[in-house]
Amino acid sequence: MRWFGRSRRKYRTEWWIMIAGVLIIVLILTMTVFPHVFARFDPNDQDAGGQMTAPSAAHIMGTDNLSRDVWARVVYGARTILGVAIAAALLSAIIGIPLGLLSGFAGGMFDRILSLIMDSVYSFPGLILAIAFAAMLGPGVINITLAVAVVYIPTYFRLVRGQTLSIKEEVYVEAARAIGARRGTILSRYVFPNVIATVVVVLSLNIADAIMTEAALSYIGLGLPAGIPDWGMDLSMGKKFLPSGVWWMITFPGLMIMLLALGFTMLGEGLAEILNPRLLER
Amino acid sequence: MRHLASYILTRFLLAIPMVFIMLTIVFVVLRVMPGDPVNAMLGGHAPQKVIDKKKEELGLNKPIAAQYVDYLGKLARFDLGDSMIFKQKVSQPIIEKLPATIELTLFGLLVSLGLGIPLGASAARRRRSGGDFGIRLYANVVYCIPVFWMGLLLQLIFGIFLGWFPISGRTSPRLEVSSFSKTGFYIIDTLRIGNIGAFGDVMWHLVLPAFTLGIVLSGIFVRLTRANMLDVLKSDYILAARARGIPERRVVYNHGLRNALIPIVTMLGLQFSLLLAGAILTESTFSWPGMGRLLLERIYLRDYPTIQGVIVVYTLVVSAMSLLVDLLYAAIDPRVKY
Repeated sequence: MRWFGRSRRKYRTEWWIMIAGVLIIVLILTMTVFPHVFARFDPNDQDAGGQMTAPSAAHIMGTDNLSRDVWARVVYGARTILGVAIAAALLSAIIGIPLGLLSGFAGGMFDRILSLIMDSVYSFPGLILAIAFAAMLGPGVINITLAVAVVYIPTYFRLVRGQTLSIKEEVYVEAARAIGARRGTILSRYVFPNVIATVVVVLSLNIADAIMTEAALSYIGLGLPAGIPDWGMDLSMGKKFLPSGVWWMITFPGLMIMLLALGFTMLGEGLAEILNPRLLER
Repeated sequence: MRHLASYILTRFLLAIPMVFIMLTIVFVVLRVMPGDPVNAMLGGHAPQKVIDKKKEELGLNKPIAAQYVDYLGKLARFDLGDSMIFKQKVSQPIIEKLPATIELTLFGLLVSLGLGIPLGASAARRRRSGGDFGIRLYANVVYCIPVFWMGLLLQLIFGIFLGWFPISGRTSPRLEVSSFSKTGFYIIDTLRIGNIGAFGDVMWHLVLPAFTLGIVLSGIFVRLTRANMLDVLKSDYILAARARGIPERRVVYNHGLRNALIPIVTMLGLQFSLLLAGAILTESTFSWPGMGRLLLERIYLRDYPTIQGVIVVYTLVVSAMSLLVDLLYAAIDPRVKY
């Protein structure tokens, strides 16, 4: 009991960081589920108000160059970026985790070659890789998800492989082997549950990263077809009108990208400190 | 000394598979792009015969495996091929644009180290205080700011509202670049001929892009420095230094920080690739005529050989950097065995 009390006191800041992160995520998630509750206008409504009017009571974030309501675009845009980022992070986890498990467990030539490939991709600037894939696949929600997902496969691979290497030397794995458990059983019942805690942390940090990669791709015009409200795309539109001092077109979508990424980072960091304090030391 | 030479050689040989793997991935990715680049290049209405002839000229009618071997063969002779859109070698625009990117990334790195290391060290010194919390908050918030948004904000505040700095390009339009440009590194070029006015102009244009990149990446260096400092401050020699009555500031900054910097050097390699990625977005925001802008321009034009060439050069830069970092590490830490 004394230990528990002390640990909770020790992690008080981490708890608050995590809760703040969760609050941000839940708020934005609610926006994606019930956008019409938050915004009065349609994000593509070109008669929402005047052209490039500054924030006012009618349009709290002003209007853009096509007279669309910026707040409506912010609300509806959340859906795109959050969907792409979460789907991409899950996809890379689904591919990266089994590969990491197999590679770490099997060892040998297979492990060496796969590790070499993954390390090469990992050390290469992820955005450039995503740009190459996005250019190849062309615009589209699914394509941008794939382009973002490719970048993060090595993250999961390296993490899971490293953990598998140490877990497979544990006594309980040896015990499982001794009672004649098959390889598949050992991997799924004994090794996998032990890597999950770390994977959850990395998934959260990874979504934060994927959010910024998605925004970057659509900012440089490689992400989405026109018509889908998207924060990155709105930023690149706003950039054109920056010299005339139209500050609201770039301020709000950017702020949202930062908030959303921050939410997932805070959740991940909080979780990391609580679940496994050694993970983020380096 | 022989050990060092063999270490360099081994490390160099180890870099080859990485370069090779990246080349292969990029080659395959670009070859399976949908849409016929040759058709697009000829305007989309050219007769089939013309298209086939052009394809033969470019070597695109051969099987992919043969194209791949051709490509590697040329690369081994440092030939990146010819552009498909312009009558120029792929290497020509790259040589023109690379210095701009290097200048930007180098100054971005300087800003981020200059901000990150002192902040990280001071956070570690007052661990779990308000100051520590504030600095960690800064590190996390800054890390979550998209580079291009940081660029837009700095442009808005310091370029448009305050009017202190220019928001695009490397020089003012009134400046005759051809009068000093020789290496492409404008800072070196202007200093070489002693044109202080031009040098000032170049530096003035560099401020906002370098700070954009530097501020965003400083968050990582804050965290790295803080974590390493916390480790170092626990060690016996710090205790010994304190026991000898050395003032706390000197213990932290002279004895502690110096040792904490060693692991940071090893992390520089990975951070460098973040820096390059950030530079692409910064270049796009500030109309900075570098490699990133070249890459994006050529993607819109579907100029495959150039796209490929640019990515090859990025790969080489990243490997060279990580090689350099390893050597640097071996040089500054006598405990490292070659």
